[in-house]
Amino acid sequence: MDKLLTPSAGQTHLLLGNEAIVRGALEAGVAFATCYPGTPSSEVPDTLYRLRKESPDKVKYYFEYSTNEKVAMECAAGAAVGGLRTLCTMKHVGLNVAADPLMTLAYTGVNAGMVVLTADDPSLFSSQNEQDNRFYARLSGLPMLEPAGPAELKAMTVYGFKLSEELGLPVLLRTTTRVNHARESVTFAPLGKVKTKAEFKKNPFRFVTVPAVSRQLHLKLLKSYEQAQAISEASDLNPITGKGKLGVIVSGVSANYVQDALDDLGAKNQVKVLKLGLSWPLPEKKIVKFLKAVEKVLVVEELEPIVEQAVKALAQQNRLDLPIAGKGPGLFSRAYEYNPRLVRDVIAHYFGFKYKGTTALKLDDTPNLPGRPPNLCPGCPHRATYYAVKQVVGDQAIHPTDIGCYTLGLLPPISMADFVICMGSSVSSSGGLNRATGKKVVSFIGDSTFFHSGITGLINAVHNNHDFTLVILDNGTTAMTGHQPNPGVDTTAMGDPTTHIDLEGVVRGLGVTHVTTIKPFKVRASIEAIKEAVDHKGVSVIISKEICPLFGRRIAPKSRKPFQVNLDKCKGHLDCINKVACPAMFKEEGKARINPLQCIGCALCAQICPENAILPVKAEG
Amino acid sequence: MKTQRIVNVGVGGQGNLLASNLLGQAALEAGVPVVVSEIHGMAQRGGVVESAVLLGGAKSPIVSDAEADIIVSFEPVETLRILNKAHKGTLVITNTRPLPPFTVAIGQAPYPKPDEAIKFIKKKVGRLVAFDGQELAEKAKNPLSLNMVLLGALFAVGELPVPVKTMKKMIKQNSKERFVEANLKAFDLGFQAAAGN
Repeated sequence: MDKLLTPSAGQTHLLLGNEAIVRGALEAGVAFATCYPGTPSSEVPDTLYRLRKESPDKVKYYFEYSTNEKVAMECAAGAAVGGLRTLCTMKHVGLNVAADPLMTLAYTGVNAGMVVLTADDPSLFSSQNEQDNRFYARLSGLPMLEPAGPAELKAMTVYGFKLSEELGLPVLLRTTTRVNHARESVTFAPLGKVKTKAEFKKNPFRFVTVPAVSRQLHLKLLKSYEQAQAISEASDLNPITGKGKLGVIVSGVSANYVQDALDDLGAKNQVKVLKLGLSWPLPEKKIVKFLKAVEKVLVVEELEPIVEQAVKALAQQNRLDLPIAGKGPGLFSRAYEYNPRLVRDVIAHYFGFKYKGTTALKLDDTPNLPGRPPNLCPGCPHRATYYAVKQVVGDQAIHPTDIGCYTLGLLPPISMADFVICMGSSVSSSGGLNRATGKKVVSFIGDSTFFHSGITGLINAVHNNHDFTLVILDNGTTAMTGHQPNPGVDTTAMGDPTTHIDLEGVVRGLGVTHVTTIKPFKVRASIEAIKEAVDHKGVSVIISKEICPLFGRRIAPKSRKPFQVNLDKCKGHLDCINKVACPAMFKEEGKARINPLQCIGCALCAQICPENAILPVKAEG
Repeated sequence: MKTQRIVNVGVGGQGNLLASNLLGQAALEAGVPVVVSEIHGMAQRGGVVESAVLLGGAKSPIVSDAEADIIVSFEPVETLRILNKAHKGTLVITNTRPLPPFTVAIGQAPYPKPDEAIKFIKKKVGRLVAFDGQELAEKAKNPLSLNMVLLGALFAVGELPVPVKTMKKMIKQNSKERFVEANLKAFDLGFQAAAGN
């Protein structure tokens, strides 16, 4: 049995932050969970999925990978209004997609605990922006919990359900990459009882948000805010530690950096720390009391100066003139994540502590290092599709692309990514780019992203007579985030059989008349089909269908049949290397070579070689 | 307890995250305070993968520039690239077998000469332990056990507060049955190589 399903209390395990959320949800008796995967949140749903699959008789919750975050939020809202304890998870930009239901769900409230995870990504390890989702608490009026590490993450998940029920509101659990992807020891409490069925009592004056109803609900939400603030004032999640006339106000993972910094500086008796764990509503009275007890305050928060500005406003209201700082020259930046040294340096500088740390090495004489950007895997079908499209349209077409592994088509020698802003934007922006420039537009989107938010854009394109070719890269999975199923596959996350949603049928149903499905590793036939699609006036769609090889190997392992270069035949054109840059290939003495340990035998390079010098290893015998 | 800041760096697929996780579990088992951090997601598609293990009571899950006490690197170019985390007292343990990135294959950049790279690192840091760990992994009959080889090396020279037998117990518990023997062998080979280095 998985350690996360240990029924009793007391055991301590080294848990990833995201596993700690799952354990917390289990201890709280979660009955319903929805998500859309996205780094750094993905291991939460993936763990829920795995536990369900491995121990169907031990877990009682319903779980699904929803088609997108808005759908996940709405489905979860139904369950929570229907009376079940519900968890809904997504990455920070996912909450933009789900913001519409969230804003008004805050008005109706919920009938059972609902925790919404928003996993932010300061420093953009795996995201298109580093927006600060603490704003969503302010925007929606919902309470927010901000753990500093995995142990708190588990405790706050459990508490989130309780707080949600106390207020009748969903609760936002806001993490950052360094909390989701840290591991530390977490001590288990017993698993909670799971209530899997409840009753929905109709109440249109609460749940049907026509204007007359919502006018009242808004007032109710403002009342709940006051109640939440009173809880925040008294909460031991907002502790004051240390002593002295200097003050630090901190939230999130930075609280750990501050602790280590004060240890290193030997300043625990000079600096008082107010840590905001229940970070919205702000415990204003507590903050004012804190300000009155110190002479100088530093606010340590990654990204936007949200708390800093609020603290400054409180000081003004209370006619306190102590120095309060956070962001600024010589202090903290609004960009990127913080780290222990940075936080220690700023604290030392601002409060005037001396510290002699280690010195950085002089590395200006380091030899030039070859870059190691992420790359499409050996045998990735996206590479073949990109190659075929380039043979048809050359370098002149514009290529809106989307969010997934295929965004790596950005890199040379493929260089076929010209515009991407969010999930689904490839489809919708194509019409705008084409009408603005009159240029040929061939855009790219993955199957999961197409289901997520490409469909509405395609309807728009057909209805408004746009003119472009959309290539749907159908690899049968959500590859980038770890191979989660999507509506195009044959079983649900519960393991039940499901209706296979046929991509070509969907596209035709949306009114696209020119639709062709290609097998990208059949290079010549693919090029022919793409030529026809690109020549078609209006919206045309190419579905490039080939399973993700990583995923394929996992679900149905088969032996690899690597290829090799016949060095007598190779004339050193190097088209294979220069045009597709497969990581299995390298150059030696002017000729192409293939690493047999990496090659999976997709045969793309063999079809490109003008000398037919690339052959399966065994055929060479 | 003295804080030890350990950074593991390698290339996607080399098993670096597992090494950090196992070391973390061994520390927990031995009662040593530990925090581990990892990076998942886009960074893993053939790119550089970095993780950190902090032993001894630090709360922060990451290691700042110039603050790594120990760097364990799975690939020589990545050792050079991560030297910003080192200071003049840092212990560096590196595999010397190159895994050239595709930017080298397509001729965008040359791969530095391995001998010169090693000389360069040796000049900069407190102690360098460098050997062909991949060869030892192959000798142990699991080419994917480079992570175990390097864990062995780390235990030989890292003066860790975690007993070797606890580490081995975790390797045993967390390896697939058919790999247990090879992984333990790889650990021992790495240990010996570093101890004699």
